[in-house]
Amino acid sequence: MFEVVSNDILAPSLHRMVVRAPRVAASRKPGQFVIVRSAPEEERIPLTIGDADNAVGTITLFVQAIGASTRTIVATPVGGFLRDVAGPLGLPTHIEQWGRVACIGGGVGTAVLYPLAKALAEAGNDVTTIIGGRADAFIILKHELSAISKEVLITTEDGSMGRKGFVTAALADLMADPATCPQAVFAIGPVPMMRAVTELTRPQGITTIVSLNPIMIDGTGMCGGCRVLVEGEPRFACVDGPEFDGHKVDFENLFDRLSTYRSHEAANCRLNRQVQP
Amino acid sequence: MTTTMTTRERLAIGRVRMPELAATVRSSNFEEVNRGLGSDDALREAQRCIQCKNRQCVEGCPVGVSIPEFIGRVAENDLAGAARILRYDNALPAVCGRVCPQETQCEAKCVRGIKGEAVAIGYLERFVADWAMENAIQLGMEKPPPPTGKRIAIAGCGPAGLTAAGELARLGHGVVIFEALHDTGGVLRYGIPEFRLPKAIIDAEVDRLRAMDVEIECNVIIGKTLTLAQLRQKFDAVFIANGAGLPTMLNIPGENLKGVYSANEYLTRINLMGAGRRAEAATPIIKGRNVAVIGGGNTAMDCVRTARRLGAERAMIIYRRSEAEMPARVEEIKHAKEEGVEFLMLTAPVAILSENDGWVAALRCRHMELGEPDASGRRKPVPVEGTEYDIPADVVVNAVGTGANPLLTATAPDLALNKWGNIVADESGLTNLAGVFAGGDIVRGGATVILAMGDGKQAAAAISAFLVS
Ligand SMILES: Cc1cc2nc3c(=O)[nH]c(=O)nc-3n(C[C@H](O)[C@H](O)[C@H](O)COP(=O)(O)OP(=O)(O)OC[C@H]3O[C@@H](n4cnc5c(N)ncnc54)[C@H](O)[C@@H]3O)c2cc1C
Ligand SMILES: Cc1cc2nc3c(=O)[nH]c(=O)nc-3n(C[C@H](O)[C@H](O)[C@H](O)COP(=O)(O)OP(=O)(O)OC[C@H]3O[C@@H](n4cnc5c(N)ncnc54)[C@H](O)[C@@H]3O)c2cc1C
Ligand code: SF4
Ligand code: FES
Repeated sequence: MFEVVSNDILAPSLHRMVVRAPRVAASRKPGQFVIVRSAPEEERIPLTIGDADNAVGTITLFVQAIGASTRTIVATPVGGFLRDVAGPLGLPTHIEQWGRVACIGGGVGTAVLYPLAKALAEAGNDVTTIIGGRADAFIILKHELSAISKEVLITTEDGSMGRKGFVTAALADLMADPATCPQAVFAIGPVPMMRAVTELTRPQGITTIVSLNPIMIDGTGMCGGCRVLVEGEPRFACVDGPEFDGHKVDFENLFDRLSTYRSHEAANCRLNRQVQP
Repeated sequence: MTTTMTTRERLAIGRVRMPELAATVRSSNFEEVNRGLGSDDALREAQRCIQCKNRQCVEGCPVGVSIPEFIGRVAENDLAGAARILRYDNALPAVCGRVCPQETQCEAKCVRGIKGEAVAIGYLERFVADWAMENAIQLGMEKPPPPTGKRIAIAGCGPAGLTAAGELARLGHGVVIFEALHDTGGVLRYGIPEFRLPKAIIDAEVDRLRAMDVEIECNVIIGKTLTLAQLRQKFDAVFIANGAGLPTMLNIPGENLKGVYSANEYLTRINLMGAGRRAEAATPIIKGRNVAVIGGGNTAMDCVRTARRLGAERAMIIYRRSEAEMPARVEEIKHAKEEGVEFLMLTAPVAILSENDGWVAALRCRHMELGEPDASGRRKPVPVEGTEYDIPADVVVNAVGTGANPLLTATAPDLALNKWGNIVADESGLTNLAGVFAGGDIVRGGATVILAMGDGKQAAAAISAFLVS
């Protein structure tokens, strides 16, 4: 049982939860995740470890309540318990002295990005952060990211904060000027966003690291459900990732596989469809 | 009196039949298929044993259970006595009585099998174990010896880990089992379905270990949460029993389509998470009308029989050799057939096809024929050119096997592995590192429950010897 120490709402249906998990706090590195099962009969849900405090034995999770299981997780009150928290899982981010890096976060991906951006800054990189969201209410961690970035650029789809449009526009501007063009790009967010970023950086061959979020079960390489195609080869995101070279990832397949259980209705429709013998 | 029966009288008794749920009833639920023997049947079956002096059956048992001795007690209706004998040799008799391939082990060696049918050793083992579970109080708890003060860490809570824990606790050592998943049992929990092995049995075994002060910590992944080096520092010895959980890919086109599962994912969703089985379970599963399961082992049978229970109209086994070469237990094949499973033999998958909507629509297969024997001694299947055809399928399950999961070993660079990534251990389970032992599937590759348990028992003895020396 893992106690919820705090639970704040950062943006609509996006919670920051601090959870007591001393062993995970002691062993985790940026880029790793945990699998959370809030109660018996609940799903096992992968969530990135946003931050950790080894001294008090807690980890911070940023949770976007998008479906039944994530809603159950965020509904756990302070003083309540998550039944299972297992980790840290996945490979830590490969931190290098790149020079200039652009860190791009979309939606809850911004939270996933935060520990990575922090580690990159601590390693002496010159970090420019781009945060994207639907509207101002969805822009999160602006202050936290400002503290470690040379500059934070914000884009919103409705123009209610920062520049109107997508993160790719801000990145294109950085790339256009040799004085700001990044040596490496880290992009974490919805699949279409990560795909757009990798397409933008591909012509110039700028190293682009993405963090993939396939559906997982065990998180230990046992089930293969999290397989993604990297250079056409199946790789298990839970053990070989979740970060991969974006230029080698088959985003279409990932996007498609993420829809497997999207609607039980759709699945049921399919079951009732007559398959030709 | 049973004890005064003559051999001739014993030989005159025919082998008992296991009562089963009717195939029509069971193929739509997850209730245990084999119902277990009644007392009268068990007693009579036990009387069939002629108490051989040279105990061939024991030779056939990987852990050397005292078979004629426990059967003798059953024949005398001394079930408590039988249970004590059994428990001494076999830590998980209720499990083994259900899932061991007795037909190739003890029963294959039974002298009564030469001229007729072997004594139903497995059925009797299960009978005694089930009786013991129901009458635990009457049997009494073993009194553990005074604590030795030594502490052993076990990585993995499958049959190997559970057995080692029981043996070590019995010797007075402190034991902590670390399990990566949120629940105990390993393959017994997430792999083997309820209809073959009710999970209440694992719960009872785990409760028994806890009553012996064995600590079980779930959600701890050795190699991630804690490293082997940390375990070696904090404990006097370590036993690694993390199984062989790494699915082998088919490496054919279409493997990443929606509706394609590895056996591990399929079974874990259903058995561990309750998908499709319990209304309260949040984890989903694609049920499928036409389910094609690729493979011929126990895992494949478990998948296909599960698919049938989830409502598949066609549940098919696709196997590249013929039925004679199938590694699955005879009983599983028989049960699957009774439940309406189709067996497509000498058939190998070539590609998984979709109708361009991302979902599986068919499995493209081709016919095979048996050629020369290969390294395993079985005749090698060779493709027959020009025989490709498509089988409609909306779910495809890959049950062709598993390999060694490198999660733990990758973080223990000093630990010696063989070329397949299995840990190298000697007879006693000792690895190349002092105080570190290993057993079960991580050493043997995919093997059996009883061999994993045997390893756990061996290693426990070796660990204990190491700790007192
Ligand atoms: C390594 C990794 C790290 C992650 N880190 C975070 C994080 O820090 N914060 C966070 O909020 N989310 C994170 N996610 C995504 C999170 O796991 C999913 O949002 C969650 O599993 C959805 O579960 P649900 O039951 O609430 O929604 P569901 O009802 O299962 O799904 C809602 C919709 O989201 C889709 N979906 C998208 N991604 C996933 C996924 N990975 N698993 C299941 N369904 C998905 C579903 O198909 C469905 O359409 C991470 C995922 C991975 C693999
Ligand atoms: C579907 C199926 C059906 C089978 N049917 C039969 C049968 O009928 N009869 C038979 O004899 N055998 C059968 N087998 C084989 C048998 O189940 C295995 O040989 C046996 O379970 C191996 O035991 P084990 O203890 O070595 O490993 P496992 O049972 O695999 O247990 C290993 C445990 O370690 C955990 N673990 C893994 N990595 C870590 C880590 N890094 N840290 C902590 N914990 C970890 C796992 O989660 C698991 O709980 C079957 C196997 C399958 C998959
Ligand atoms: S070989 Fe058969 S008959 Fe002989 S002791 Fe063993 S079980 Fe009994
Ligand atoms: S989640 Fe099961 S292998 Fe990655």
